[in-house]
Amino acid sequence: MNDPGATRDVEIHEDHESDVLTAFEGDVPSGTRTPSALAHRLRHVGPAVAAFFIIVALWEAVTRLFDIESFILPKPSEIVVKFFSDASIIWAAGLNTLYEALGGLVIGTVLGVLVALATVRWVRVREGLMPFAIAANSVPIIALAPITNAMFGLTSPVSKMAVVAVVVFFPVMINTARGLIEVDVRELELMRSYAASPRTVMRQVRVPHALPYFFSALKVSSALSLIAAIVAEYFGGPQDVLGQYILNRAFQLLFPEAWAAILVASILGIGFYVTILIAERLVMPWHVAFRSADDA
Amino acid sequence: MATATADSTQRRFSGAQLSRALSVVMVVVALIAAWELYKVIWKAVDLTVPVRPDNVTMPHVWDILHEFTQPARRGGEVLLILLLRSSLVTLFEAVVGFAIGAAVGFGLGVTFVRSTTAERAFMPYVVASQTVPLLAIAPMIVIWGRELGLPSWLVVAVIASYLTFFPVAINTLRGLRSPQATATELMRSYAASPREVLWKLQVPSALPYIFTALKVSATAAVIGALIGELPGSVGTGLGRVLLDYSQRFAVQSPKLYATVLMTCLVGIAFVGVVTLVEHRLVHRRLDPEARPA
Amino acid sequence: MSNDARVVVEARGVSKVFGASGSGQVEALRGIDLSITGGEFVSLIGPSGCGKSTLLRLVGDLLSPTRGELQVNGKNPHQARLDHDYGMVFQRATLLDWRTVRKNVELPLEILDSAPAERQERANRMLELVQLGEFAEHYPWQLSGGMQQRVAIARALTFRPALLLMDEPFGALDEMTRELMQQEVLRIWRETDTTVIFVTHSIPEAVFLSSRVVVMSPRPGRIADIIEVDLSYPRDEDTREADAYYAKITEVREALRRQEASA
Repeated sequence: MNDPGATRDVEIHEDHESDVLTAFEGDVPSGTRTPSALAHRLRHVGPAVAAFFIIVALWEAVTRLFDIESFILPKPSEIVVKFFSDASIIWAAGLNTLYEALGGLVIGTVLGVLVALATVRWVRVREGLMPFAIAANSVPIIALAPITNAMFGLTSPVSKMAVVAVVVFFPVMINTARGLIEVDVRELELMRSYAASPRTVMRQVRVPHALPYFFSALKVSSALSLIAAIVAEYFGGPQDVLGQYILNRAFQLLFPEAWAAILVASILGIGFYVTILIAERLVMPWHVAFRSADDA
Repeated sequence: MATATADSTQRRFSGAQLSRALSVVMVVVALIAAWELYKVIWKAVDLTVPVRPDNVTMPHVWDILHEFTQPARRGGEVLLILLLRSSLVTLFEAVVGFAIGAAVGFGLGVTFVRSTTAERAFMPYVVASQTVPLLAIAPMIVIWGRELGLPSWLVVAVIASYLTFFPVAINTLRGLRSPQATATELMRSYAASPREVLWKLQVPSALPYIFTALKVSATAAVIGALIGELPGSVGTGLGRVLLDYSQRFAVQSPKLYATVLMTCLVGIAFVGVVTLVEHRLVHRRLDPEARPA
Repeated sequence: MSNDARVVVEARGVSKVFGASGSGQVEALRGIDLSITGGEFVSLIGPSGCGKSTLLRLVGDLLSPTRGELQVNGKNPHQARLDHDYGMVFQRATLLDWRTVRKNVELPLEILDSAPAERQERANRMLELVQLGEFAEHYPWQLSGGMQQRVAIARALTFRPALLLMDEPFGALDEMTRELMQQEVLRIWRETDTTVIFVTHSIPEAVFLSSRVVVMSPRPGRIADIIEVDLSYPRDEDTREADAYYAKITEVREALRRQEASA
């Protein structure tokens, strides 16, 4: 039995994430485009998608039938109307938030990878930082938002980026470090027998081993970054970001508008995630096929 | 031929755990030192980027700690007491949500392992439920709940449970399936009933996995509770206190820092409790010198 | 060790096919005829894919035969399993690592709903039998591989089954420990009067332990030869150096090579 005691807090994201993937990608090799593979994939996604449409239809019917006020339960049709009529405002806000999320993601990821590389090189750093990083993961990092707002200015995107960066930093650092360090001892012994330099070992053995861990953390982080940006905005921010937009509309009980903004957030989130999926496939074509075979 | 002796299982805290605690302390000390050093150096060089080193934006660590002992309001209770009360409110919501979510998650895991048809039917929905960015929607739901007359704490607890159940469900399922094939064959050879297999083999095997998920969920529940408190009109929970002090930052920045510190400690404490329970239930069966988390 | 005429396992024309029809099918066993009487120690030996583990699992009702008749202890295997007529030991000890050694041995008795006092007493006796009495309160991780297997054997014998099924139980152990464990198994077999079916890869092990060695061949799995081992019991270190022992090993090895050549 593999030792789950070794599974750290962050690895749950891997489990979580791979299950999300299996549910949506299906357990067929990605390369096959045969009808059966496609059907298989549809069978996984199908019920959820169908249920979604049924729920939306029922929702519309009920709200119409009972003439429910929009502040109690908005009609889907109202949401869609607002989605298009206020499109320019909402998307502008969406892009501002995306900018914050992206900025924070980049900063957090770069720092995370750098520190992870440092933990490989200097064992002291590793032994010092890892326990702290794991403990820090239990901290509700979103609580830093008021502080970053104060430090960098309420209306500045940097304040939100800082929060996102911290949220992203830990999973990326922990996972990448794990991928870099937990290489099979025998591979390292092989490299030693070749009198390979540390840099060669890093390039040939550690980095390729770490890539799946890195992308796994990145996928989780991309989802987190958008949500973290929005939630950080709830602690205060300029008018034209999604978080404040949603909050303002919600306080005024204008729920259709708020939901329309959530819809935009979801679309951005999915787009973000898909982009990273594509990047992963480009960087590690071998691994994805390998993993799909495992999932089968 | 025995390896270690029996009394190593009785040892309360292994050497590895102590050194881990020590390194956390050292990092914290290093961060505090870096904070003060930054203030000193940046002031000397008269720089204001990236962060201004003045005492409002970056209070001295000592001032922040001192603030705990000062009255929160003129003539009122000490800040520490106020924060502890708020923490209890937030923790209450988080714990209730956590408990419900964990129960639901566990129930789903058990159901799915018993019945593959149930799993195939419902797993897509379970997974899809996580595509909803609940944290982003949380304040909206709380406001909406208020309009409907529901008590805020209940709505917040439901939000926390929604965030909790998924990791627990996934990990429970994974853990229940983790026993080796031979272990399952063994139970079969005893003609054990499905219930006996579940409780004597699968659930104990699943505990390590479940606790991994619980630790993550504990953090998520606290975050959910904090966010859910933001639109509250009556300031009781930590989320509300954070927001209040953040608005009065210019005058009372140490109070905000103190609150943030308390919030972090609350998160750590919750996860810490779950970890302690995990230690009692899980870790004794593994070699304490082996390399776990 | 008695040798009553009671037939403990009777197989007639037993076959096992895996997989749906078509090219994915695997004929793991074909036409197995085997009769094992009470008190015997029978080894199943053969190369990979010869179906020895499959046959063991058929006897234990962990798999069902596709064709043929199989009787265990005078009943069908399913009933034998429900009646707890056999105990099983796998290659990996499969001890539950959250239970103490004693609690592990008590496991089958718990499922049989025995009273706690009786359970504990029986478990202790079994641990004494395998000479691990002082380790009752230890956890599996504290025991070596050989010791864990002894616990597994104790557990398998807790409810005094008629039959003991062992699937390469010493495969993961080093040679020295292996030889010690073989002695242990023989001693326990003598003291408990069970019938043993023992799957192994090792020719010397099969010859040292068994009264009969069943040589199997693969594709499809079938019995190639059955060799009587008429070395006298009790067997010990001297047996390992006897000429008759080596002669038997050669006999078994040649039987294996013969079926290999004809494959």
